[in-house]
Amino acid sequence: MSTRTDRFAPGDRVRTRSLDPDGHTRLPRYARGAVGVVVEPAGVHPLADDRARGRTGNPQTVYHVRFPAAELFGAGDHSVTVELWEDYLTPVEEDP
Amino acid sequence: MSGNHSSSVISARVRHVEALLEQRGLLEGGEIDRRIDEFAAGGTPANGARVVARAWIDPGFAERLLTDANAALPELGLSMSGGLQEQRLKVVANSAEEHNVVVCTLCSCYPIALLGPSPGWYKSEAYRSRVVRDPRGVLAEFGVELPAATRISVWDASAESRYMVLPRRPEGTGSLSEEELAGLVTRKGLIGTALV
Repeated sequence: MSTRTDRFAPGDRVRTRSLDPDGHTRLPRYARGAVGVVVEPAGVHPLADDRARGRTGNPQTVYHVRFPAAELFGAGDHSVTVELWEDYLTPVEEDP
Repeated sequence: MSGNHSSSVISARVRHVEALLEQRGLLEGGEIDRRIDEFAAGGTPANGARVVARAWIDPGFAERLLTDANAALPELGLSMSGGLQEQRLKVVANSAEEHNVVVCTLCSCYPIALLGPSPGWYKSEAYRSRVVRDPRGVLAEFGVELPAATRISVWDASAESRYMVLPRRPEGTGSLSEEELAGLVTRKGLIGTALV
């Protein structure tokens, strides 16, 4: 088991980055720049983007993050849960 | 060299890379096929069906399965460690309020140990691109009509975890044995594109 500290906890609101990198990433295009809620951490793995470029990649926590369909597609009443590396996520401050 | 390749550009490229790797002694002839066979060995939807049947008759097992599937699978002699490293499995349970469906939008990630090789439609661009956007419509095309009040949760298996759906136990199956219950569970039921 890893002893690193997870940056996010279940229930935290996070925004995905909206970068469009050259080459491989596991942040699907449909889930970029979107706000979702962390469901749970799902293990520690080297960033896939790094591995695909032949780099070792720092191990970091991956999270299940749940998004309302309307946030991703502008419509729909379902949710989509995506597994995302910590580097893909930034915290969203709660409204005061 | 791996068999069953089509004549597509990507297949030609893979054959070329494979040949170079063999030429340089990094890969033995037939090694990729052998590794794939080892990885897929024993993988069949019957495994997933056994897991579901046990969860239906044993609430304690169901709870352990939903909390930490990797720790619960060995109770049935199963595991997710057939590949290079053990893969995390998350089992998601259907209920009257929620229906789950699994996709891999980026490629075709799939719990082969429990479900065997994935069906062709699972890997199709149509399924992968549409089910995240309009799951209710896609499920209807599979013949699954859900009440409007049932929430639909789509799980995108595009990273390290694999997912399996725990379908709802059908009505009127109280007298069936565990083995008979397992016989009711279909591959589509384990992906979420069918009810059981």
